[in-house]
Amino acid sequence: MKDVFIAAKDLTYIYRRGNAGGYKALSGINLTVKTGEFLVIIGSNGSGKSTLARHFNGMLKPSAGSITVAGMDTTSAENTWEIRRLVGMVFQNPDNQIVSSLVEEDAAFGAENLGLPPEEVKKRVAETLRLVGLTPYAGHAPHLLSGGQKQKLAIAGVLAMCPTCLVLDEPTSMLDPAGRMELMETLIHLNRDMQVTVVLVTHFMEEAVLADRVVVLSDGEIALSGPPAEIFTEIELLAELGLQLPTALKIAHGLRQRGFSLPLDILTIDDMLAYCKNVLVE
Amino acid sequence: MLGGAFLTMSAIIEIDRLTHIYSPGTPFQIAALDSISLDIKKGVFLAIIGSTGSGKSTLIRHFNGLLRPTSGKVRVCGIDTADKKQRRNLWRSVGLVFQQPEQQLFEETVLADVAFGPRNMGLAEAEVKERAHEALRLVGINPQEAARMSPFHLSGGMRRKAAIAGVLALKPQVLILDEPTAGLDPQGKQQLMQHVENFRRREDATIILVTHDMEEVALLAEQVAVLNQGRLVMVGPPREIFSRVEELMAIGLDLPAAARLMHQLRLLGKRIRPGVLTADEAEEVIAGLLEEALC
Repeated sequence: MKDVFIAAKDLTYIYRRGNAGGYKALSGINLTVKTGEFLVIIGSNGSGKSTLARHFNGMLKPSAGSITVAGMDTTSAENTWEIRRLVGMVFQNPDNQIVSSLVEEDAAFGAENLGLPPEEVKKRVAETLRLVGLTPYAGHAPHLLSGGQKQKLAIAGVLAMCPTCLVLDEPTSMLDPAGRMELMETLIHLNRDMQVTVVLVTHFMEEAVLADRVVVLSDGEIALSGPPAEIFTEIELLAELGLQLPTALKIAHGLRQRGFSLPLDILTIDDMLAYCKNVLVE
Repeated sequence: MLGGAFLTMSAIIEIDRLTHIYSPGTPFQIAALDSISLDIKKGVFLAIIGSTGSGKSTLIRHFNGLLRPTSGKVRVCGIDTADKKQRRNLWRSVGLVFQQPEQQLFEETVLADVAFGPRNMGLAEAEVKERAHEALRLVGINPQEAARMSPFHLSGGMRRKAAIAGVLALKPQVLILDEPTAGLDPQGKQQLMQHVENFRRREDATIILVTHDMEEVALLAEQVAVLNQGRLVMVGPPREIFSRVEELMAIGLDLPAAARLMHQLRLLGKRIRPGVLTADEAEEVIAGLLEEALC
């Protein structure tokens, strides 16, 4: 049993509380994120995904209920700095997150702000740029990077603060196919090999199937939670929630309806290919 | 009759050896577009794909005269985009929806925002109202409710729809959309593109879609133009483009997932008909293979 890193208890959030046009974005959320887990949050536009993600580093504070990060309550101001260091955030638009005119300076920004000695910052930046594969670009201007590289730079900057957890809010939605693939490979590497806890908010079902666990939000509540193989058997419910099956699962589902019996762990195109290879070639 | 048929086949956008150089004569000089020639037929649904920095956004900015060619010529609806005097006519004919258009909403209500364009064109108030209502209905927003909604209190998906309605209300002959579905949920994507398709049918409009979503291209586009480093490297129907797997991969592009699976099965030596792009088609092919193998 892994440690609980983030714990939300009866978490409710109301935008513009007490004002006209105020509304409940999250309602009674109970959720834990375990250390080392790869958690994906999906749900239609307006389901509360971003609002929830912004509670994970204390950017938003609960209107009711509570949320703790590494045992620290996000509502008490004295915890804010440590929580922000432990939980790094990466957002949708790669161009809005760059603060410097040199890649290595940009990656150093967060770590410098922690007041670390310059040699330590330098060491960390070299290490994190290497981790995300940007070492050859250390002396480049960030605006010359591709979208995927910019997102990896944002990740490197966060990693230089030695966080336990990365929270990414639709980081791939503005990237081209190659950038999307690069970024997902980086996240999987950080999670599997470097034990970084990853919380990924996404609209891409192809990304969701790579997670340890998927949480589906609907109207500010948790509609489903479980491993992808379980979540994606709820075909009707997902459709009702405005979500779709990834292509491999769509094909598998169709084949089962035609009377073929396929294993339940086919989630990706690679899984489907392996199955076909098994049946058709060997 | 013959004349009409001929007209529908004629090009609404003619691009002749278009080259665009940013910051010419400075050390930062970059050739963003390099001698592009392409005719876009009236009423067609064209997708433009290419990796980041391939020149897609630069190219579409030539279609409504936001940029002018460094060399070469672009004619849209018969208007030379370099001709300053024709600017106004050009803007009336070509609607351009930028990335994240919801950031451009500014009026107090959604209805007022959608009506802004037609009113600015100098149309009579009755016509302004009719166009705004029609455009809102096209994207699935109730015009009566839109009169009470503030654009700033809506979800991202609704704001995107409102912003696109604002462009549809101008009834452009050419509608250009730059990644209109980025950040929308799967259902929102599907609905939005259905609205665009309805607009095309109704107005016989030409649609130009810039996207990174290959599934969208496979489902919607009649023609695909592929850019790489400022050059036009492929033009053709999606089934043809997505059969050129190695070339696409080499320039950082991907196939729709179903097409990728078919490609990998072919590499295993399986004979598979060309042009499979969707999950349904792939399912049929695999069912055939499985039946054969299990018999």
